[in-house]
Amino acid sequence: MISAAFEYAVPKTLAEAIALLRRDPGGKILAGGQSLIPMMRFRLAAPSLLIDITRIPELHVMREEDGALRIGAAVSHAEIENAALIAQRYPLLASTAAVVADPVVRNRGTLCGSLVHADPAGDWGAALIAARAEVVIAGPAGERRMPLEEFLIDTFTTALGEDEVLAAVRVPTPGPRSGGSYLKIERKVGDFATAAVGVQLTLDAQGRVERAGIGLCAAGPVSLRAAAAEQRLIGKPLDDAAIASAGQEAAAAADPAADTRGPVDFKKDMFRVLTVRALRAARAAIAG
Amino acid sequence: MSYRIEVTVNGLRHALDVEPRLPLVYFLRETLGLTGTHIGCDTTSCGACTVLLDGKPVKSCTVFAVQADGCAVETVEGLASNGELHPLQKGFWEKHGLQCGYCTPGMLMTTKALLARNPSPSDDEIRTAISGNICRCTGYLNIVKAVQEAAAEIAGANAPVE
Repeated sequence: MISAAFEYAVPKTLAEAIALLRRDPGGKILAGGQSLIPMMRFRLAAPSLLIDITRIPELHVMREEDGALRIGAAVSHAEIENAALIAQRYPLLASTAAVVADPVVRNRGTLCGSLVHADPAGDWGAALIAARAEVVIAGPAGERRMPLEEFLIDTFTTALGEDEVLAAVRVPTPGPRSGGSYLKIERKVGDFATAAVGVQLTLDAQGRVERAGIGLCAAGPVSLRAAAAEQRLIGKPLDDAAIASAGQEAAAAADPAADTRGPVDFKKDMFRVLTVRALRAARAAIAG
Repeated sequence: MSYRIEVTVNGLRHALDVEPRLPLVYFLRETLGLTGTHIGCDTTSCGACTVLLDGKPVKSCTVFAVQADGCAVETVEGLASNGELHPLQKGFWEKHGLQCGYCTPGMLMTTKALLARNPSPSDDEIRTAISGNICRCTGYLNIVKAVQEAAAEIAGANAPVE
């Protein structure tokens, strides 16, 4: 299994990468390659040109700016997993990074690569929908931003244009009284999720839920925002009744497919269980 | 079409023209003749082909050789020095950390990187570190013991002499 032949380019700037994309409509961006390279070796993908963006310095940024954490397109899962800033301030991201694929794959694969791959069983889509992340898209006319939820259109399909690059993702910095968690059931490390849920919460000064984000992984054709489950929490104290109610709504929203990982009714119930557990974990984190 | 790369493998610099579609593992095995790195699943699942790329374990079936341009690669052949096995190799030998040996080069490279950043890992930390490397002889228990043995030996060697 050797890929079809392709040309290889290593641009030093984002502008150069975009120019290369415009020149060759069969070109594809390469970052960590942990989804793209297997697809090429299986001949499911045969780009005529690979544009390696890992030598573009600005795509390696991981820093807070304007109330959000910016993670560039060349930042690996492992870099997120091991960053002190993430461990201290972004527990949702820390708990997601630690369960993506396996530890060796995490040294190469990137968060942004996972998002543009748009596999509904990818962990980052669900986690970052919960976090209300937005994507930063670079194209010939400059930069545009959009909520991640709008960016993820369908299975393996995003809003990215043919001459655009996902340059970064921006994750809002959680304020005081915030907590988040990502929980996943998998048969073994490295398998796709049987079910997984990400949550991000902020309470107001009275202890009522001010903001709630709940994202479901492997729950249908696209990473899913469990909006009805979020609504069950908004304005209410974060008690067991509200959490149970949100869990039921998450299960109702989930539309998983039966496969070797389990039948539909089992998986739907796992979305309920994981939502409840993730919300409790977020609550415990807020309580400190 | 070929692309010129410069790669340092086990301390030796190579400047060669390669086809961009050549996976790193084939470059190591067939271009350089370093067959210690094994090809298992060839699809990023098993970890048999794990090598260190600038010190980090990567599955070399899922890296093109051109991506390693300018980088340092370490393979199992680079572990022993002056005819002396690396403490990890000794540990795998002493504790029977292998049966068929197919996964061993990958296990050694993954655990070398583990001990570099965490010289005294717990059993759980070892198990997590090797969770992307599959052993089908079910030898994980002895692999964990082997890594602990190596960690102890390295710690002993580094201890100040009284």
